[in-house]
Amino acid sequence: METRTAKWRWGLLDAVVVVFALVPVLWIVSLSFKTTATLTDGNFIPREWTLENYRTIFQTDQFVRALVNSIGIALISTAIAVVLGTMAAYAVARLDFPGKGALVGVSLLIAMFPQVSLVSPLFDIERQLGIFDTWLGLILPYITFSLPLAIYTLSAFFKQIPWDLEKAAKMDGATQAQAFRKVIAPLAAPGVFTSAILVFIFCWNDFLFAISLTSTERSRTVPAALSFFTGASQFEDPTGAISAAAVVITIPIILFVLFFQRRIVAGLTSGAVKG
Amino acid sequence: MTAVADARRDTAPMSKEEKARLSEGKRAERRLGWLLCAPAAIVMVAVTAYPILYSVWLSLQRFDLKFPDEREFVGLTNYITVLSNDYWWTAFGVTMLITVVSVAIELVLGMGLAVVMHRTLVGRGLVRTSALIPYGIVTVVAAFSWRYAWTPGTGYLANLFTDGAPLTERASSLAIIILAEIWKTTPFMALLLLAGLALVPDDLLKAASMDGASAWQRFTKVTLPVMKPAILVALLFRTLDAFRVFDNIYVLTAGANETSSVSMLAYNNLLRGLNLGIGSTMSVLIFITVAIMAFIFVKLFGTAAPGSRDDGRR
Repeated sequence: METRTAKWRWGLLDAVVVVFALVPVLWIVSLSFKTTATLTDGNFIPREWTLENYRTIFQTDQFVRALVNSIGIALISTAIAVVLGTMAAYAVARLDFPGKGALVGVSLLIAMFPQVSLVSPLFDIERQLGIFDTWLGLILPYITFSLPLAIYTLSAFFKQIPWDLEKAAKMDGATQAQAFRKVIAPLAAPGVFTSAILVFIFCWNDFLFAISLTSTERSRTVPAALSFFTGASQFEDPTGAISAAAVVITIPIILFVLFFQRRIVAGLTSGAVKG
Repeated sequence: MTAVADARRDTAPMSKEEKARLSEGKRAERRLGWLLCAPAAIVMVAVTAYPILYSVWLSLQRFDLKFPDEREFVGLTNYITVLSNDYWWTAFGVTMLITVVSVAIELVLGMGLAVVMHRTLVGRGLVRTSALIPYGIVTVVAAFSWRYAWTPGTGYLANLFTDGAPLTERASSLAIIILAEIWKTTPFMALLLLAGLALVPDDLLKAASMDGASAWQRFTKVTLPVMKPAILVALLFRTLDAFRVFDNIYVLTAGANETSSVSMLAYNNLLRGLNLGIGSTMSVLIFITVAIMAFIFVKLFGTAAPGSRDDGRR
């Protein structure tokens, strides 16, 4: 009997959490499906449904370019950050060398670094180097700020791998390459994958650099482009278009969260608390 | 790895030269360690240390991109200009207010959420999954959702709670900015706390319960002390993160009605005002503020900071 009331109580609390977390997301989804006529009726659920907003944004160059930029920049930054992070994290977790503490300290400092402090100098430096408003101009700061995240999560992960298995494999006659490919790589892959997701989310989300270090559609990512949306003509209210674009860039995040919930939780907490 | 392993294997049979070889292996290990860390370290330092020094240099100059010919060295003049300016102090106050209020509320809500995620009997996966959505979602997207929700006519919240336009008044704008911040970052706080909560031994709680401690006593006397390091880490991360608040303000109010944060102000001086000198001065001041805050945290809580030492690792 008691467990049943307890279950109800927990169920109610769960419901509060789920509603609290999902309402703003459902609201923007609802806006994106509203017709121009019902957009300003303030109803939470659309009275008339339409795909018009999505059609509009995929027909405008502004959004499609931004989407390509977002995907390209986030993927390249993630790949580079994870490779560099894996190398450094392996060294931190497995090797003994002077300067290890300094590396961990520097990563921690950068994790807390006020990014806006870099906006002015990077703006000027990138203009001089000619990489202002290019993919590279955004990829560099993204790698920098996601490296601490990658190093923390990966080194925590690498510490848990039973490395003796590698030796055992070699005893059994495996070559170094085989031991790595068949034993260590499969063990390390989930950790690398987890940190890749976290890094991707970070790059995908950034707004400050995206809006200060770009000036045209050439390299503007979706979060930055959203704030320049004007609708099909300048007299049209961009609310529907912005909502639709917002939903499009939310989809990958929702998919990650749905499929890799456990890994994201493990990665975030191992990175931040167990350091 | 290869180099280290090989070096060690080679040393095994030779007892005479073993010592020399061992130290050679040690050296190889060091070299490999440096080699593996070098790319990451170089990128991190090149993209942060050099620009921050460069911005100190820029902050000592009059440098307005609209009047590039008037560039000259002016010493600390920019600092005097900024620090005697009301806009700066208003923005500083706003940033502090947002930081303190949102982090305080997040700590309470985050603790509640962590307990729910840890203890709930039903739908644990569902709760964790939905709690991760605010963490993962693009801040700008969430900010637009809140903006439209509070726009008179369009928004469900505006129609429900107010007749006016809350985003055109200072107090209500700040409240909405704080709400947006809390919604977005409470799950992150909760996850960090959850990791701490998992460290609380069940036996200890049971023992306390046997001794007649109430649920509240168990929480304050057993759970909280064990969780202290996790709480401090969560507070440190979130405080410094909240101080950088930018995206939400940019979308929600664009800094109208004195709701600019320091980040917003620095951004406006740079990209709207094109004033590199003043913008850099603000960058340096923000950097110093954050450094002081981090220093206070680490000083107060010492070893609790992640990465400070290997102990505390499980």
